[in-house]
Amino acid sequence: MKLETKNISVTIAGKSILQNVSVNFPEGKRIAIIGANGAGKSTLLKVLAALNSDYQGEVLLGGENIRNLSRKKIARSLAVMPQTMQAPPDITVERLIDYGRFPYRGIFSGSNPKEDKAATDWAIKVVKLEDFKNRQVISLSGGERQRARIAMALAQKPQIILFDEPTTYLDIAHQLEVMQIIRLINEKFGMTAIMVLHDINHVIEYADEVVVIKNAGIFAQGNPKKILNENLLAEVFGVKAEIFTNSAGKNIVFPVSTLENYSSSRF
Amino acid sequence: MKKPVIILIAFGIVAGFGICLSVMKGSVNIPATEIYSAIFENESSVHGQILNNIRLPRTIVAALVGINLSLSGAILQAVMKNPLADPHIIGISSGAGLAGIAVMLLFPESSWAIAPVSFFGAMGAAILIYILAWKNGIRPIRIILAGVAVSAFLGAGISSLMILNSDKVHGALMWMVGGLSARSWNHVEIILPYTIFGMAAAMIFANYLNILSLGDEMAKSLGLRVEFVRLTFTALAALLAASAVSVVGLLGFVGLIVPHAARLILGSDYRYLLPGAALLGVATVTISDTFARTIFAPVELPVGIVMAAAGAPFFLFLLRKEL
Repeated sequence: MKLETKNISVTIAGKSILQNVSVNFPEGKRIAIIGANGAGKSTLLKVLAALNSDYQGEVLLGGENIRNLSRKKIARSLAVMPQTMQAPPDITVERLIDYGRFPYRGIFSGSNPKEDKAATDWAIKVVKLEDFKNRQVISLSGGERQRARIAMALAQKPQIILFDEPTTYLDIAHQLEVMQIIRLINEKFGMTAIMVLHDINHVIEYADEVVVIKNAGIFAQGNPKKILNENLLAEVFGVKAEIFTNSAGKNIVFPVSTLENYSSSRF
Repeated sequence: MKKPVIILIAFGIVAGFGICLSVMKGSVNIPATEIYSAIFENESSVHGQILNNIRLPRTIVAALVGINLSLSGAILQAVMKNPLADPHIIGISSGAGLAGIAVMLLFPESSWAIAPVSFFGAMGAAILIYILAWKNGIRPIRIILAGVAVSAFLGAGISSLMILNSDKVHGALMWMVGGLSARSWNHVEIILPYTIFGMAAAMIFANYLNILSLGDEMAKSLGLRVEFVRLTFTALAALLAASAVSVVGLLGFVGLIVPHAARLILGSDYRYLLPGAALLGVATVTISDTFARTIFAPVELPVGIVMAAAGAPFFLFLLRKEL
């Protein structure tokens, strides 16, 4: 299912956060959104997720304006993993993941318990939390909790998942684990992954496509291996970076210093 | 059997015990063995009269009030995302208080009107708070602040009325602390429809509160219409509390403490928490009321005093344990 925006503009407290943003998120790809802090990445993600409806322009999900779709209908095609999760500390992992089935439950029509069970079991298996499913959410480590949240999104059986900085607060091993799960669900199950990322090396390694945001607009979009060069990093982040090729032939970005004369128009 | 179900059954037993206790104990003690025959066979006997005309309606009102206030508090704590939320927050007590006391002091001959008028007062205050708090949708913090402001404003009205009519203030004082004295079948009829409707709605939609507990954004992205759910649940809580307050006066602490106690024992899954809070509410109010009317017999204390005396320390205990 295709997701695209047409001329999205968002103004918050008189300040233009996004201006005429038209961007196309191709189906079945892993797409990273990058940009400096405050560039509008999270705002764009919220607009895409129908969490922010205070915008001009259109968001088209499978060709339909999301303003015309019911919340539940959106939730059956598009799942969101926000940066932080509030969850009652005492619920079990399995129950939390089962909340991902909410979009399929009507008030009186009920749901299909077999289908729900199959979906949650599958989601638990994908993130390898089988041994944790009866544990309380509060007893999980940061990495396990993140996997539980991914499983909850998977239980929605969406075609698109939006990840808002999925590796924040995680150590490098758990960061790797999360990025590999994202790659797996994209490659194996064909789900489109749209992710706001900070780590440029993650972008190069895990994204097919990158959308670069600067000054409330799209600065560049394309294959990260091709477009993420020293110039772009200097212009977008104000960073002097070196790019090496490692022994496996992969590009590694190393930020060396911040550029003194850099000024983003926002700060 | 699942653990929460077992706890619910235990709560049910405690609630049943509270009801039996309330029916048996009083200025005349009626042994358990006599209750059935007194109610159904010897209605005209002394015990039958006491049971049918005094104890039973009082006990049923106590149970229904316990259910309504506890459910109202549990719902408000969920939709306001605030552990201190209780029926008073949404103006129920000040609205009902001003309306009820106005009837009592200014139209003392129309005491039949106290319940309906205070119900409208409660709903009026709740609606006023809602309108004041509305600004591109409803946010819990604005409701709470608007509630504090409106309560202070209406509280000034209550105080003025009481000071200007200080000769007739005794009945109003009793009503302000909340009491079950002389509650009759009429009162049962007033409150029962709200209890049935409120319980049914709360149980059917309990899962919505579960989804809401994941945070507004997560709930939205799972397909919940957060604003709409918050609005309707607040209205439901207002109805439940207003019906209770109109019958027994400003009974405090039940709506605040019972849901917390239920959560502490049952956990935060609202499918169990709501029925649990309702059952615990029945137990709390019936047992407190029995205590209130027997401890200093023949003098009867209003149940509100017992609730506050027992509730405040328990609340502090929760505070230290939970927050």
